[in-house]
Amino acid sequence: MNGVLVILEQRSGSINRMSFEALAAGQQLADKLSATVTVAVAASKDLSADSFEIHGRAPAGAFLVQHELLEPYTSDAYVIALEQLIQKLQPDYVLFPHTYQVRDFAPALATRFKQVLISDVISIHDGPVFVRQLLQGKLNADYKHSSSGPCFVSIQAGSFRADEATATIKPEVFAPELAASQIRNKPGERFRESGQTVDLTQAPVIVSVGRGIGEQDNLLIVEELAQALGAELAASRPICDNGWLPMERQVGSSGQTVSPKLYLAVGISGAIQHLVGMKGSKTVIAINKDENAPIFEVADYGIVGDLFEIVPELTKAVQASKS
Amino acid sequence: MKIVVAIKQVPERDAPIHIASDGKWIEEGDRNYTINEPDAYALEEALQLKEKNGAGEVIVVCAGPERVQSTLREALAKGADRAIHIEADDLTGLDTLGVAQILADAIKGESPDLILTGLQSDDLGLGQTGVVLAELLGIPHGTIIMHVEPTGSGLKVKRELEDGWFQHVEMPLPALLTIQSGGNKLRYATLMGIKKAKTKELKTVATAASPTAPAITLERVYLPEKQKKTEMITGSSAEIANKIVEKLKFEVRVI
Repeated sequence: MNGVLVILEQRSGSINRMSFEALAAGQQLADKLSATVTVAVAASKDLSADSFEIHGRAPAGAFLVQHELLEPYTSDAYVIALEQLIQKLQPDYVLFPHTYQVRDFAPALATRFKQVLISDVISIHDGPVFVRQLLQGKLNADYKHSSSGPCFVSIQAGSFRADEATATIKPEVFAPELAASQIRNKPGERFRESGQTVDLTQAPVIVSVGRGIGEQDNLLIVEELAQALGAELAASRPICDNGWLPMERQVGSSGQTVSPKLYLAVGISGAIQHLVGMKGSKTVIAINKDENAPIFEVADYGIVGDLFEIVPELTKAVQASKS
Repeated sequence: MKIVVAIKQVPERDAPIHIASDGKWIEEGDRNYTINEPDAYALEEALQLKEKNGAGEVIVVCAGPERVQSTLREALAKGADRAIHIEADDLTGLDTLGVAQILADAIKGESPDLILTGLQSDDLGLGQTGVVLAELLGIPHGTIIMHVEPTGSGLKVKRELEDGWFQHVEMPLPALLTIQSGGNKLRYATLMGIKKAKTKELKTVATAASPTAPAITLERVYLPEKQKKTEMITGSSAEIANKIVEKLKFEVRVI
């Protein structure tokens, strides 16, 4: 086939949104290369082999990689099955959504072809040049594929806009050779920790705190600000990792995705894993001592300064304006 | 259980960034370096597994120039039993596959039961070295792991999924796990530990493989473009506070 192969991800028969963002990236890349897009999705039998719906233009080809051992997901089954598909199709580029599942198997799949996955790509320029972030979002970097063989790329959430238009796909079934003895891991059921009660997704105002707060005792000033604003208190991952706030208050790719009217980020530098969880906020105000902190890239209002001086003043000013 | 922990030394988080004159990386001259934070959690998991087990060995491995020895010494001070420094003056010419290959060459001879590493690095953040290393060694892997529990014949691990979901996975040994941060509390080196570390073995090995041409190359680094037009608010703390309140009242309309 050559061209661009986009691997979509499904669970219980439904394809996730990030897959369609990866498809949008794949279509953009194919347009630059005057090449075609083919899609593939791996499943046991959940997905109908007759047809399924995608968001995006109708691709040149579609494959349903089908085998009973592809459910539940294991890295071994996915690597073996997709290796065979890629051998058959010989694509120039293989794109994936940058999901936890892709992070689990795609590096190993690329290794089978003596390739390296260009992970977490946020945009694609002519060349093609693949842009990804370094140093927790403080720098952007241009990567190029520099060997023969397929180029593997994963696409960060929220970086490409999935097409609204839909197309119905009638896939060709590809049955990989796969034996139970080749699968080494035994996955259990997915579960959630009990007692997750904080729903940040509905909060209109969120005050969120990051590493800049320094130590647990300092959280008090942020709690007071949240209280004055009638806001929910949230945090970036390091604060929850330290046990200073419960995990259920975490915003980001491993926590909750929020879109409040106001997101006030205090001492949060803005690593991409955090930004994907909050960049849908209507207004973002960021307070950080580092003027180059990536949080300012998504902030409507930015304050470069000492949060320990500004936050208590802000609490006072909010209280005064309400009384 | 014999556990190898693969560690990366990375630039300290808060230091200002200056792009090097060739535009391909940052100025390294005056920077301070530290252990990659997710790798610190991998080390902690290894030390706790050994303590719970009451027996075993924890070996830390790091590739890089001479300066990485300070990070290895610190790991020894926290309780690792010995360290292997893979001498590589310049890793920037290697891609993930190249780095994983030199790690594989150094680790293979140790025949560990378990290899742990952080889920990604704080500098490049490609998040793949562990998975590629497992593939090169032909052993199963688990990624983004929060908790590790030895079973009779292998491991039961708790794997983090998106949106607050988790999953248990069982796997045979030997295996490789990439460790998520936050699963354990990190320990500090004690004075006694620092003293002991001086007598522990820190072996230096040369990179075995002749480097193959990288499959991907980093062409250029630069400061990110802004995605939004940010209005910067300046003044004294009191002035800033009043200006923010104005915005909250009349533009954002949340008070």
